[in-house]
Amino acid sequence: MSSLTMGNRFGRNTTIQSSIDRPNTLTSGHRACQGCGEGLAARCAIDAAYTAAKGKIAVVNATGCLEVVSCSFPDNSWNVPWIHSLFGNTAAVASGVAAAFKNKGQTDVRVIAQGGDGGTTDIGMGCLSGMFDRNDDVLYICYDNQAYMNTGVQRSSATPALARTATTMPNSQYNGSDPETGKNVPDIAMAHGIPYVAVASVGNLHDLERKVAKAVNIRGAKYIQVHCPCPLGWGFPTAETIRIARLAVKSGMYPLFEAENGNLVGSTPIEEQVPVEEYLRVQKRFAHLFGKNALPENIGILQKIANNNIKKYRLGGMSDE
Amino acid sequence: MSKPFATVVESRTSLANKTGSWRTMRPEYVHRLPPCNVTCPAGENIQQWLSLAQEGKFFEAWQEIVKNNPFPATMGRVCYHTCEKVCNRGQYDGSVNINLIERSIGDMAIAKNWSFKKSDAQSDKKILVVGSGPSGLTAAYFLKQYGHSVDLFESHNYLGGMMRYGVPKYRLPRHVLDAEIKRIQDLGVNIVCNRKVNNLKDELSNYDAVYLAIGASIASSVSIDVESGATVMNAIDLFRKMEDDPKDFPNLGKSVVVYGGGNTAIDAARTALRLGTENVKIVYRRTVNHMPAHESEIQEALSEGVEILCLRTISAINGNKVILDKMDYDEENGVLSRSGENEMIVADSVIFAIGQSVDNSLVQGIEGITVTEKGLIDVDNCMMTGLKGVFAGGDVIPGKRTVTNAIGYGKKAARCIDAFLRGYEYVPGSKNEVANFKKLNTEYYKKDARKEISRLGDLNFEEKDVSYSDNEVVKEAMRCFSCGNCFHCDNCYSYCPDNAITKHEDGTLEINYDYCKGCGICASECPCGAIKMTT
Repeated sequence: MSSLTMGNRFGRNTTIQSSIDRPNTLTSGHRACQGCGEGLAARCAIDAAYTAAKGKIAVVNATGCLEVVSCSFPDNSWNVPWIHSLFGNTAAVASGVAAAFKNKGQTDVRVIAQGGDGGTTDIGMGCLSGMFDRNDDVLYICYDNQAYMNTGVQRSSATPALARTATTMPNSQYNGSDPETGKNVPDIAMAHGIPYVAVASVGNLHDLERKVAKAVNIRGAKYIQVHCPCPLGWGFPTAETIRIARLAVKSGMYPLFEAENGNLVGSTPIEEQVPVEEYLRVQKRFAHLFGKNALPENIGILQKIANNNIKKYRLGGMSDE
Repeated sequence: MSKPFATVVESRTSLANKTGSWRTMRPEYVHRLPPCNVTCPAGENIQQWLSLAQEGKFFEAWQEIVKNNPFPATMGRVCYHTCEKVCNRGQYDGSVNINLIERSIGDMAIAKNWSFKKSDAQSDKKILVVGSGPSGLTAAYFLKQYGHSVDLFESHNYLGGMMRYGVPKYRLPRHVLDAEIKRIQDLGVNIVCNRKVNNLKDELSNYDAVYLAIGASIASSVSIDVESGATVMNAIDLFRKMEDDPKDFPNLGKSVVVYGGGNTAIDAARTALRLGTENVKIVYRRTVNHMPAHESEIQEALSEGVEILCLRTISAINGNKVILDKMDYDEENGVLSRSGENEMIVADSVIFAIGQSVDNSLVQGIEGITVTEKGLIDVDNCMMTGLKGVFAGGDVIPGKRTVTNAIGYGKKAARCIDAFLRGYEYVPGSKNEVANFKKLNTEYYKKDARKEISRLGDLNFEEKDVSYSDNEVVKEAMRCFSCGNCFHCDNCYSYCPDNAITKHEDGTLEINYDYCKGCGICASECPCGAIKMTT
């Protein structure tokens, strides 16, 4: 009927997630919140990696929501070899695991490191940069829910401009996270010149699965960042996770692209850009941007960021300047 | 070493943690009624046969249509497709061209000689159907399926009623109609032509039930001063003459005036053009927007060169001069009044098409059967007249007068008659909630324009071949949103963060309430609104 759905009766352009024999690497019973975008993204990404590597994967997990919800002792939700060490050393542990497999001659085993934005863009940044620097044969997947969620929604360096978190509470002087702060880790990864960098979204599983499969088949360091809306931390109804992910992409707030060896090679064009307001208004973390005391220029700041993304990552199509 | 290095507790899978206990809202798979099905006067399951057509299963699609309507090829031509008006896709990028798909599948059935499955049902009851219009034939078709013996009496020489005598050939070629009627005949309906039932009393003792589907075949008239000159006739008489005497088409002269605003008026005007008239004007007392004729018919007539004179009535016909009274229409209050102005136009022929009434002489004097002020036969909810065992439907009872409605009446009457003969009363099943546009998530439907094919052909009595190719049928059917009913897109299964939906080998899905936390993503990402969150 429509190739935009996850599956269809005709077997055309279907996702791994829609398949009856998907690996379900992250199984039921995990304790992720209702409507968790990260739990879903993790299952989709690791299922895609598992499929691409024909089951031969090893997963290293950073501390964070994903680790907390999937391995509360004595339960474990992972159906793949999986290790958790510390918050900040995930990339280093993954480098070691990859080196061990190499020494044992098991180069068919693909190593994946994964964590949230806190463990990646803040705490694990040094180890991550080292892994990029050495071009270790690891795929690092960052599930970006844009703050430290399980500890109570504190700001991370991936928190978007003007978002409210527990540590960036809007008041008479502040409007949420300072637009002057934050870092763009996909750009940092690209600056290392590693073989593959991609940004994906849980609102576009076809694209996410394709990027993971592509990365698994590349030797060297790879980085994929996945946008994962968080109903609890961002303040929206649990049923809206996918819609919000989609709005982030359609507004230009979360550009989907891929880069090889430091060069942008592809981006998912936005067919019809929606105003950022549509994305912001449905989230309580941006509630202070609306209402009677709101400063009108704030929406403009975010709209500008979205418009810059469109230009910078060529979301209007690759032929654009 | 006798002591272990460390105490090791076996970890277990999180499957032991039944997160279903978190749930406050519960998703459920539901079937909602697609708007097309709701509005179809014949009660077709349009969505179901479109779904079969998507898979290229044309025979199965045809079988699905004829479960409710034995005339797909005819419907695909003359039905005013109310389904398309309410199609949710109409609010997106154009409704699905349901009518043309139905026609294409109907034509396929004729070309491939598909026949109805004969039912094994048995009954010793005998039923008389009076009239072979769409309603009578449909009733006969269903009654035969229910196992009864059916006699069908038709007063004319040919079968089809208004499908033949009310719809011109260029809209419904007779070979199409004949093929679809023959299929019903082949089921074993005993059809007798040229058999007019003058008094129903004479027949009652021979049958267990009677269905009166005699239609409305008398042209209504208005009192207008006519002096000699122009040929004045009724549209129905014109159509009848052309059917019964196809070799001798009437000569209507150079200019024709048609009086009326319904489909019959449009058909008469377009027929006049095809008979060689140079100049055809339709005179209608209200505005174009009020015309009961279907919009597409009006458009086609206009494109063929028919002129429509609105807000005018005919007050007198004098020789070749037709005197028109101009009307005023008060848009705000909806009041129509004479303006006092007159206008004169010239016509060689004037055709009246201002409605038809019922010849109810066959029920006159029969105790129990009552007629309305307008001469229509009164029936109850089960389509039964005041006389037990005598049913009526189609144009003969109050209601909408289209071929599709007549088919719907025929179907319902057959159900009611069957129930009556088996000793109970027919009660329609309960209806599901309607799947309106708000219940859909259209993000998952790729924009794809409706494939339109103009039915306008040359100005003759040949029909233009506009049917879709097999590929085009599939492509257009693919545009169906499948409103309210799962079409196995697997969004719910793919998006469930808790892997709490099980997909079975046959593609069906089941929610595993042991793990479902009730987030509602499945329901909001369901494109067609087939998942409902309940408390």
